[in-house]
Amino acid sequence: MYRIAAIGDKDSICGFAALGIHTFTEDDPQEAARKIRHMSESDYGVIFITEKLAAQIPGEIDRFREQPLPSIVLIPGVSGNTGAGMANVSKSVEQAVGSDIVG
Amino acid sequence: MAVLNVNPTRMELTNLKRKLVTARRGHKLLKDKRDELMRRFLDLVRENKALRIQVEQNLKEANAHMSVARSVMNDKALDVALMLSTQEMSLDISEKNVMSVMIPVFNTKFKTADENDKYSYGFAATSTDLDAAVGALSDIFPRLLRLAEVEKSCQLMAAEIEKTRRRVNALEHVMIPQYEETIKYITMKLDESERSTTTRLMKVKDMMLEQAHHYNN
Repeated sequence: MYRIAAIGDKDSICGFAALGIHTFTEDDPQEAARKIRHMSESDYGVIFITEKLAAQIPGEIDRFREQPLPSIVLIPGVSGNTGAGMANVSKSVEQAVGSDIVG
Repeated sequence: MAVLNVNPTRMELTNLKRKLVTARRGHKLLKDKRDELMRRFLDLVRENKALRIQVEQNLKEANAHMSVARSVMNDKALDVALMLSTQEMSLDISEKNVMSVMIPVFNTKFKTADENDKYSYGFAATSTDLDAAVGALSDIFPRLLRLAEVEKSCQLMAAEIEKTRRRVNALEHVMIPQYEETIKYITMKLDESERSTTTRLMKVKDMMLEQAHHYNN
């Protein structure tokens, strides 16, 4: 049985707590990276992370791209949508096709 | 294209021919695999993009509600309201095999029987915007999970497509031409030695005839 986590600044993720998701308030990128690594080793299947926080630890996010679990999903925080989530999808297309052909 | 470093013998030739057949078959199979993966990948990516646009839009609305709730209520009250959730969500993850790529399939489980039982607080002391925010979040949650599933599948398939494409290219542009070249080289070498044997025999015959009865043609 796997659990779901959300990580990011407090304003963006506190709503998720009501859904029964484990929320971790984290502003420090180093600490967040450590936490993600820790979560990937325990039984977390999905980790939602705010785009703002993810932008500060791109290496850590990419590390899990080719692993089956956990699935790390970038979500826009209260500060707005930076388009990083969409860029991630485009990156997959570029990896597979060579260029982003899906508009 | 470089010729492989092998002895030009008949045995090598048979071996190489067998290898070439295997390489050709492997190439065809891998090419089919790549094409099918690509077809599924493109479908999945389209869904992924559409889903992401939708989810991001909805999350923005939920966040807006949350911001209002945060400004209306004091911080402590909000924390207390969200501190103990009635729901506990857990995931059941199974795997699906798509062209030998294991993609995850998520199945959510709620602790409470009624999954609409999402408000973890009394309505008396909280703002309606909080209800709206939590409601909106729980509405988009299934889509958010589907997004997690699709996005992970896309990443895994992209990696597999890249690998398969490299294999196809290596077979098509390196291995198969190399085998063909080498087979050609060995065939020519063998033919050449056969021809030289024939001429040598003819020469020997001439010499023997010459010796026997000074016959000269």
